[in-house]
Amino acid sequence: MATATHQLDALIAQEYKHGFVTDLETDTIPRGLNEDVIRLISAKKNEPEFMLEWRLAAYRHWLTMIEPNWAHVHYPPIDYQEISYYSAPKSNKDGPKSLDEVDPELLRTYEKLGIPLKEREMLAGVVAVDAVFDSVSVGTTFKKKLGEMGIIFCSFSEAVQEHPGLVRQYLGSVVPSGDNFYAALNSAVFSDGSFVYIPKGVRCPMELSTYFRINAQNTGQFERTLIIADEGAYVSYLEGCTAPMRDENQLHAAVVELIALDNARIKYSTVQNWYPGDKEGRGGIYNFVTKRGDCRGANSHISWTQVETGSAITWKYPSVLLKGDNSVGEFYSVALTNNRQQADTGTKMIHIGKNTRSTIVSKGISAGRGQNAYRGLVKVLKSADRARNYTQCDSLLLGDRCGAHTFPYIEVKNPTAKVEHEATTSRIGEDQMFYCLQRGISAEDAVSMIVNGFCKEVFKELPMEFAVEAQKLLGVSLEGSVG
Amino acid sequence: MNAIERYSADFARIENALPGSSIGWLQDARRDALSRFAERGIPTTRDENWKYTDVSSLEKRALIAAPSPDRADAATLAASIERLALAAEYHLLVFVDGRYDRDLSWLGRLPAGATISSMAEVLERDPGLLEAHFAGEIWPHGAFGWLNTALAADGAVIHLEADTVVEQPVHLLFLATGSASAVHATNLIVAGNNAKVTVIEHYAGDDGATYFTNALTHIVIGENANVAHYKLQQESAKAFHIAGIHAKQAAHGRFASHSISLGAQLARNDISTYLAAGSHCELNGLYLADGRRHVDHHTRIDHAEPDATSSEVYRGILDGGARGVFNGKVVVHQDAQHTDAKQENHNLLLSKNAEIDTKPELEIYADDVKCTHGATIGQLDDAMLFYLRSRGLDEAAARSLLIYAFAHDIIDRMALQPLRKRLERQLIERLPLGSTEVSFSELLLDGQSGTGQ
Repeated sequence: MATATHQLDALIAQEYKHGFVTDLETDTIPRGLNEDVIRLISAKKNEPEFMLEWRLAAYRHWLTMIEPNWAHVHYPPIDYQEISYYSAPKSNKDGPKSLDEVDPELLRTYEKLGIPLKEREMLAGVVAVDAVFDSVSVGTTFKKKLGEMGIIFCSFSEAVQEHPGLVRQYLGSVVPSGDNFYAALNSAVFSDGSFVYIPKGVRCPMELSTYFRINAQNTGQFERTLIIADEGAYVSYLEGCTAPMRDENQLHAAVVELIALDNARIKYSTVQNWYPGDKEGRGGIYNFVTKRGDCRGANSHISWTQVETGSAITWKYPSVLLKGDNSVGEFYSVALTNNRQQADTGTKMIHIGKNTRSTIVSKGISAGRGQNAYRGLVKVLKSADRARNYTQCDSLLLGDRCGAHTFPYIEVKNPTAKVEHEATTSRIGEDQMFYCLQRGISAEDAVSMIVNGFCKEVFKELPMEFAVEAQKLLGVSLEGSVG
Repeated sequence: MNAIERYSADFARIENALPGSSIGWLQDARRDALSRFAERGIPTTRDENWKYTDVSSLEKRALIAAPSPDRADAATLAASIERLALAAEYHLLVFVDGRYDRDLSWLGRLPAGATISSMAEVLERDPGLLEAHFAGEIWPHGAFGWLNTALAADGAVIHLEADTVVEQPVHLLFLATGSASAVHATNLIVAGNNAKVTVIEHYAGDDGATYFTNALTHIVIGENANVAHYKLQQESAKAFHIAGIHAKQAAHGRFASHSISLGAQLARNDISTYLAAGSHCELNGLYLADGRRHVDHHTRIDHAEPDATSSEVYRGILDGGARGVFNGKVVVHQDAQHTDAKQENHNLLLSKNAEIDTKPELEIYADDVKCTHGATIGQLDDAMLFYLRSRGLDEAAARSLLIYAFAHDIIDRMALQPLRKRLERQLIERLPLGSTEVSFSELLLDGQSGTGQ
């Protein structure tokens, strides 16, 4: 805590520190979207026929869809024909087999970002990084060790080549290709992502982690992540993002699918720190993500934890379908908007099985002219006897030009269900500040302390390394609004 | 013929028969309202505001605004009024099928500066009283609100000059006696600065009659004025009831709204208020539904200026295959610093087929505010039931007691004793009383009035 507080001072003065563009030769196809582009992407990735068919079906469905406008966010219309849908760092065709083969320029980028791929390898089994640079996976560590346990952790393209059976069985089974506008777009053009399969009864011995980074200009990123935990398996997965500074808005429409079979457990943690735009709201990433977990088996457990501090616009609702009896869904979220950032985020908990339980803890912080909305759905179907939900949404306002909004939808069709929703909105109390100041704590430290305390419930759900990073991020993101 | 054409034909047919049809501004306002209605059309479940409430069953009946062919006879009416009136000393305005009936009404002594009458009468005598408040964009109308403005043939007008206090509550009783017709009623309550009044808006209909009530009430609350509004909806079990209650509060104005929804197969209430500096509002509601009935409350509180406070509590009990909808929105505008807003919605689901959809919303654009909301959905608490059973109450009595207590929280917030008594009795009639029936209801009622022990 103390470390975070002191670092805050130094960080407040900083501009977005991950703002740089690495000069790389990239293999980018022309802007625009049509069936030929999709065929080209599929061909470039050497995909089997079923993948192409799947992409094309998604594309044709996408053409019939209208961009959603119900979210509490405002942005100029996006021209989908102005985006280049594929960008891969130029490297040898067979792909790097070890770090030595990886473009050194790329490795330097990661080093600047503080993702010490080499170090991590040396640090023996702490975290495995499947680092993604723009669209193609360039390096995977600890694959061998995981392989011995039967765990598959690889890039999505690799999974399509080597485990087409699994991909075919599970891809789109949680988020169908026509699920929503952005998911359909993603299904049609997704370039790469991560694939995880944990076999029956295996507990993944380390936290799996992928760092995404958007680099080439005007390239929308369309990641696809698929995680399957077979019966009795356990995995904790970390996702973290940074992006270089740029002027044009960038679209990011990822899809994440989680599948937990009987007695399986998936813990998915995200720290999202993409470029939020400058103080006037220019630039910044549009983050329109579909994340959904499927508690398919009895006693399964899916937990989402997210710390959202970046992006100009966040549109994201990590959800859980509680199908299996006694399954558990959790959602812990900290969303921070500063300057002109907008966030419309929350979760959906769909109770289908008996004795299903869900917990939602959402902490929204608005500063500057940020607009922060929680939008959630808790739905208890007739079959979900004794379903239980507890929802807590708290908002903290820092500054008189920001907004905090709560839109919780609660639909209950079973009388044995028990659903509770609570929300509060407040600013930092003068009494709280007074208490800190009269004990000699500076105003900035006090605010940071109070904000971190406000988020503690969520931070404690994060893996240790992430919790530290999240606290730092919060400090950086509040830059200029403190005091 | 679709709904818009049908209502437009309705309008063309009755326009010249509507009160004040020769008054230019009124004619314009009505035509404007009809075109706005036509623009919006009948809402469908694709509209966010009507997501859970499907009015297509109402539209299928194609009910038109026409005098009921089977108006009840005088004796039946008198008996109904006898049954429904709350207290002899209350001012009583009776509307039969939407039209004011002077002979059935009773107005006590009114202070100077108070006008209590029907819209038709006011339009004849002093139409200027209505002009400023009649229509236009100042009210947050939906399609049914505009339809009402176009077609309303009558309603109550309560107009108080500044510093006017009406001691006794004003009871507006809307009786639907016939079937197959649509009644559009518009009420206006204007309380000048420091004025004070209590109004009970009461809708009741003959059992088994199918009709459509489309009611709209505008309430203008002056500085430091105080308006208490009670809405008691006891329509026939087959009726459709759609109502809007929209208030505007000037600085330090006080508004209390109590909405009790007991009847109708489909009931929808849109209640809104707009708070100026230092004003206070209290919105309370209780909805009971069983069978295949549907009850929907949408409320909106706009904190537009600093230092206003609001508190909202809605409770619902849903049994059988009933469906309840609650959508409470609190908007705190940018300048509304020092806002204190509380909102609660609690629901009891008593049967396997009952359903509740609730959405307590907050939209906040100011930072120095305190806003909370909470929503709960559940069934009767097992531990509480066990406690009562262990003290000798049978299952039904224990359940009754808990349901009664759940609902009574709202009744407790009401100031009018005769209304409270009436509601308590009606609540008890609906409870699944056990073998202890007689003593149980006596116990509850005595305990309430403080004459027990």
